[in-house]
Amino acid sequence: MPTSKKKGTQTVVFARPPGISSWASIVGPKEGAGPWGSYFDWRLNDYLFGEETWEKAESKLLRETVKLAISKGNYQESDMELLIAGDLLNQTIASNFAARDLALPLLGIFGACSTIAEGLIIGAMLIDGDCIQRLVAAASSHHYTAERQFRLPTEQGTQKPPTAQWTATAAGAAVLDGLAAAGPRITAVTIGRVVDMGITDAADMGSAMAPAAVDSIKRHLRDMGRPLSYYDLVVTGDLGRIGKTMAEKLLSHEGIEPYSNYKDCGVSLFGLKQSGVNAGASGCGCSASMLCGPLLKKITDGDIHKLLFVATGALMSPLSSWQGESIPGIAHAVAIEY
Amino acid sequence: MDDGKLKAPEIADYKTQVEQIKPQPKLLKNCVWAFATGGFICLLAQIIFNYLLASGLDKIQAGNSVSIIMIFLGALLTGLGVYDKIVEKAGAGAIVPITGFANAIVASAMEFKHEGYIFGVGSKIFSVVGPTLLFGFVFSVLIGLIKVFINA
Repeated sequence: MPTSKKKGTQTVVFARPPGISSWASIVGPKEGAGPWGSYFDWRLNDYLFGEETWEKAESKLLRETVKLAISKGNYQESDMELLIAGDLLNQTIASNFAARDLALPLLGIFGACSTIAEGLIIGAMLIDGDCIQRLVAAASSHHYTAERQFRLPTEQGTQKPPTAQWTATAAGAAVLDGLAAAGPRITAVTIGRVVDMGITDAADMGSAMAPAAVDSIKRHLRDMGRPLSYYDLVVTGDLGRIGKTMAEKLLSHEGIEPYSNYKDCGVSLFGLKQSGVNAGASGCGCSASMLCGPLLKKITDGDIHKLLFVATGALMSPLSSWQGESIPGIAHAVAIEY
Repeated sequence: MDDGKLKAPEIADYKTQVEQIKPQPKLLKNCVWAFATGGFICLLAQIIFNYLLASGLDKIQAGNSVSIIMIFLGALLTGLGVYDKIVEKAGAGAIVPITGFANAIVASAMEFKHEGYIFGVGSKIFSVVGPTLLFGFVFSVLIGLIKVFINA
């Protein structure tokens, strides 16, 4: 039985689109030195953020971003009924420990680097479904927690191939409010399918995720009966330079021409000249901070009216890579309009 | 992609396309860096070796002392957070010499310090060099056996 809000195969259109009433982003030194540095609320000077371990630093990063998003919207922590958060660490400890200090009810989620979109989708559904009125969706990543979990010790010397991406040290949080009077709103969401094109190179995750991004964009447009040009900007999460090129090729192949209105957070976050970046940025914090920094600012400034935010995730683990599995990708699309 | 299931030709085609657009590593530049850095490390070791010989150590003593000094330098530069930056440029030129081996062990030890001395440093210190040690031991035994047969 089709429900009243479901449209097409994978899309949900909201009857009362939840507002994004407040948001915040905190980024690390490298991200702060990038082209969008001034759009983030805080730029850290130190990757440890005054903590003893990288993991504690990431948890604090997430916690402070959530607090900042709440206070920027003139809310109290007690106004929030739910925190939906996720990160890349095993058992999502950055989120779990952040929520311990915040004392908010928690739904911990994992969608690899697409986590913030997954949080916004669940949050928007809970609000439009009349279950919850106000909540925070957040996601974080930290370069050094990711390096040590997915790759090698941080001081270990390695030479990265040009396809590799730099995991962003960043967090983004957005407050969704069912009673928001004005501001950007989530009008529709498309939940992505897992797509695997057989890429096994863990140093080239952009190519692994590009087919998932294109699949979700295509299905969103088909479900909604819209052309890509309906949106002022379509932005993918962290495909990086190689993944973005592949996504453009695949979109053309599907008969969707991505003209100048297609960008990728992974390409944008860092400058071309920044060292060690190679193909661009990755990590939950990449798309989360770009959304809860530059993108939402541009929406409220009136530069963008209709945004399709397509956060992408590579759903592998070091274990699956060692066992020779290919890298499955996922992408969730969130339509934000003002 | 419409029925949701991907077909083998699509996957093969996609992989080919990715290979076509992947930027290739800058082979010549990387080789020059590796040669220069690796050469410099060896040159430095040779200078120390000659100095030790001149100071009156015999060949075996001087050789062992050079190894120890180079391991110390690799460990020190790792602790100072410099060695990984050298490898980023020099690649195998800085990984293959004994300083690179020291880097791999010290980096692991530093990384897992916070998990304690048993489950952290103790169990993870050889996480990177473990394979080198294991197969080094295995091949030393094999080569030893071959030598025994040749001499017999």
